[in-house]
Amino acid sequence: MDPELIFHLPSDVLRIEDAVEKVVARCHRIIELERRASRVRMNLRVALAEALSNAMLYGNGADRSKRVRVELTITARAIITRVTDEGPGFDYEDIPDPTTPESLLKPDGRGIFLMRKLLDEVSFNERGNSVTLLLRRDQVRRE
Amino acid sequence: MPFIVEQSGAITIISVTGHLIVANRQELKHVVLERLRTGDREFLIDFAETGYIDSSGLGVLVSLSKKVREQGGELRLAALNEDLRTLFQLTKLDTLFTIVDSREEGLRDG
Repeated sequence: MDPELIFHLPSDVLRIEDAVEKVVARCHRIIELERRASRVRMNLRVALAEALSNAMLYGNGADRSKRVRVELTITARAIITRVTDEGPGFDYEDIPDPTTPESLLKPDGRGIFLMRKLLDEVSFNERGNSVTLLLRRDQVRRE
Repeated sequence: MPFIVEQSGAITIISVTGHLIVANRQELKHVVLERLRTGDREFLIDFAETGYIDSSGLGVLVSLSKKVREQGGELRLAALNEDLRTLFQLTKLDTLFTIVDSREEGLRDG
């Protein structure tokens, strides 16, 4: 299925808020149909903000000349967003649990953890520079 | 400015209007640390008008809470809606902060 929306943005964290709202606005009609629309909206916003932030700061090393690609695909069963940076990728499996007592007081390390908690599926490509976020529509309706 | 600062007795109230995210977390940090430097010790962050908080936003709250505690003060959180409260529960940060239901409760118990 072709993406519903594709756009690129520079690695500038000040652009994240608008990019998130652009995606959420495109999903607006679908989200409003969900029983827990506010929860779906927030989960999508937070997870996408995390993915964009990771792509800009870690993937592209905050180099504004490097871009981030965002794709949104809406199917009958899911809202799927893919965020891809130009970086070399990173080891997404080596992420410590931020909820352990020794990690709780650390100011960072919660981004990927939150993505995984808020969405139904989070997957990375082999290189580790592209993350796909899947929010299942039917599952949300069953809540 | 997404942060509105007010004073109620000894309590500094900071309302987060909009989102607390990677793009503006430094502003909140600056506001709290400046107030801490000038002697404020009791902080109440009011989330009644907040859209969402990302991991950077959560991180800055953790970092500020630690700094305030080191100075003998406390940073409490108020008026988190159900969705925002879930973020704190998922990350277990609800065990780290005193969270009150409303600004009024925070001022009453402060």
